Amino acid sequence: MDVLMQQIVSGLATGSIYASLALALVMIYKATDVVNFAQGEMAMFATYLCWSMLQAGLPYWVAFGATLVIAFAGGVLIERVVIRPVERAPLLSILIVTIGLLTIFNSLAGWIYSYVQKPFPSPFPAAPLTVGGVTFGAHDLGQIGVTLVALLAIFAFFRFTPLGLAMRAAAQNPVSSRLVGIRVGWMLALGWGLAAMFGAVAGMLIAPTLFLDPNMMGSVQIYAFAAATLGGFSSPVGAVIGGLSVGVIENLTGTYVKFIGTDLKFSVALIIILIVLVVKPAGLLGRRAVRRV
Amino acid sequence: MTPILEARRLNAFYDEAQVLHEISFAIAPGGITTILGANGAGKTTLLRAVSRMVRTTGELLFDGRSIARMATEDVVRLGIAHAPEGRGTFGDLTVEENLKLGAWGRRDRAGAPADMKRMYRYFPRLHERSRSAAGTLSGGEQQMLAIARALMLAPRLLLLDEPSLGLAPLVVRDIFGILRTVALETGVAILLVEQNAALALELADHVFLLETGRIMVEGPSTVLRENEAVRRAYLGY
Repeated sequence: MDVLMQQIVSGLATGSIYASLALALVMIYKATDVVNFAQGEMAMFATYLCWSMLQAGLPYWVAFGATLVIAFAGGVLIERVVIRPVERAPLLSILIVTIGLLTIFNSLAGWIYSYVQKPFPSPFPAAPLTVGGVTFGAHDLGQIGVTLVALLAIFAFFRFTPLGLAMRAAAQNPVSSRLVGIRVGWMLALGWGLAAMFGAVAGMLIAPTLFLDPNMMGSVQIYAFAAATLGGFSSPVGAVIGGLSVGVIENLTGTYVKFIGTDLKFSVALIIILIVLVVKPAGLLGRRAVRRV
Repeated sequence: MTPILEARRLNAFYDEAQVLHEISFAIAPGGITTILGANGAGKTTLLRAVSRMVRTTGELLFDGRSIARMATEDVVRLGIAHAPEGRGTFGDLTVEENLKLGAWGRRDRAGAPADMKRMYRYFPRLHERSRSAAGTLSGGEQQMLAIARALMLAPRLLLLDEPSLGLAPLVVRDIFGILRTVALETGVAILLVEQNAALALELADHVFLLETGRIMVEGPSTVLRENEAVRRAYLGY
C-alpha cells in the first residue's frame, strides 16, 4: 500500500510537469489553433538561462523568478517577431515555423552550452519527508506544490482580472474583441508569454531529475502532447487533469506491469494518444469540433 | 458644426468585388440617421466600412479626423461602437462579462460601473440573466445584450445593424424607445440599418436610401416619408 501511495505521488509529481507544459500548449492552441511544437525547447532554453544565473552566483529563487520574467518576455517577442508575420498563412506553414523554432532553440542550446549533461540544483531538501506514515521525496512534493501555486495563479488571473477577461475574449472571438477595442494581436503575444512562463516552470522543476541537456525536454514534450490529447486540446482544466493522469498512469504501469518496466514506459504515452484519438478524439473535457460545410 | 461622421467618395470591397461606390454623406452630431435599402444594397457593408472591417478607398472622417487607414480596435477607442449583424456576443462568457468587455475601449474606465447599472435598468431581462452564458440567451435577449454592450463604450457614434431582427414587435418598441432616450441623454449619434422601414422612419431624423452600393436619395425623414418611391418600395403603399 505504501509503495502504491509513493508511486501515485511520484506520478503526480512528474504529472504536474506534464500538466504545466500541456497547459502551455493548450493556451496557445485555444487562442490560435496553433500547436507550438517548440514549447519544450523554449522551456529547455529558459532552464539553461536559469543555470547560467545560478553559475553566476544568484540565489535559487531569485534566478527562478528572473527566468520566469525572461521567459515571458521571450514568449511575447517570439510571437510578435516570428509568428506575427505568418499569422495569416495556412496552419501547416505556422506549424512548420514552430518546428523551425524547435530546431533553432535545440541547436542554440547545444552550441552555447555544449551537449554534456549538467546537474541542476533542486530548491527542495534531499532528505525525504514522511506524511501519514509514508515517505515521499521532498522534490516530488515540491514539484506538486510549485505547480499548484502556478496553476492557481493563472486560473485566478483569467477568471478575475480585466486583462484575463480580455485575453479569454480574444481567444474565443477575435472579431467581436476588436469591436470592443481589444488589441487582439497583443493579447496573443501575452498568451505566448504566459505559455513560455509555464514551460520554464516545467523545465526548471524537472531538470534536477533529468539532468540538463539540450534534449532534456524531448520526451517531456511528447508526454505533454499525450496529456493535452487526453484532456482535450481546447480545455485548460483538461490539460491539467490529463497531465496528472498521464504521470500517474505512466508510473503505475511502469511499476506494476512487468513487461513494460522502465524501458517501455515511454510507449505508454504514445499508446494513450492512440487510444484517445480512436475512442474519443476530443479528449475527456475537449469540445467536439463541428464544422459547417 | 463638424459632422460626427463624414464619408467622401468612399468605396468598399470584399476582395475584388466592389460593394460601395463613391459614397458621400455627412451625419450631424447627436442625430439619428437610418440607412434603408433592399437586401444586398450594401447597408451592412457601409457600417463595416465605418468600423474598419472591410477594405475601403476614399475618405472617412470621424469628428473631422481621418479614420480611413485605422484598425477596428483603434476606431472603437475613438468612440465608435458597432452592434454588428449576427450580434457578435461572446457566447461562452456571462452577460456581465460581455458588458464589462463593452467598456474595455472606454475613455473613462471609472464611469463603467455606473453605466452597467444603467444598462440593467434599461434591460431588466439582462439583469436577471447576468450570470448566464450569453450563448444561452434567446435571440431577442442577445440583441439587447449586443446593444447594451455597444452602449457600455459610452460612444459618440453608435452603429446598429438591424436591431429589430428576430424581436417581437413590443420588444422592438421598447428598444427604440430606449435608443431615443439614450440619444437625448448622452447626445450619441446613431447610424441605424433597418429592414423595418416604418419604424426606422419614425425614429430617425435623417434617411439614406442605398441601392446597389450607391446613395439614391437622402433627406430628413419627414420629407422622405412622403416620397413616392420610398413609400412604394419600403412602406408598401
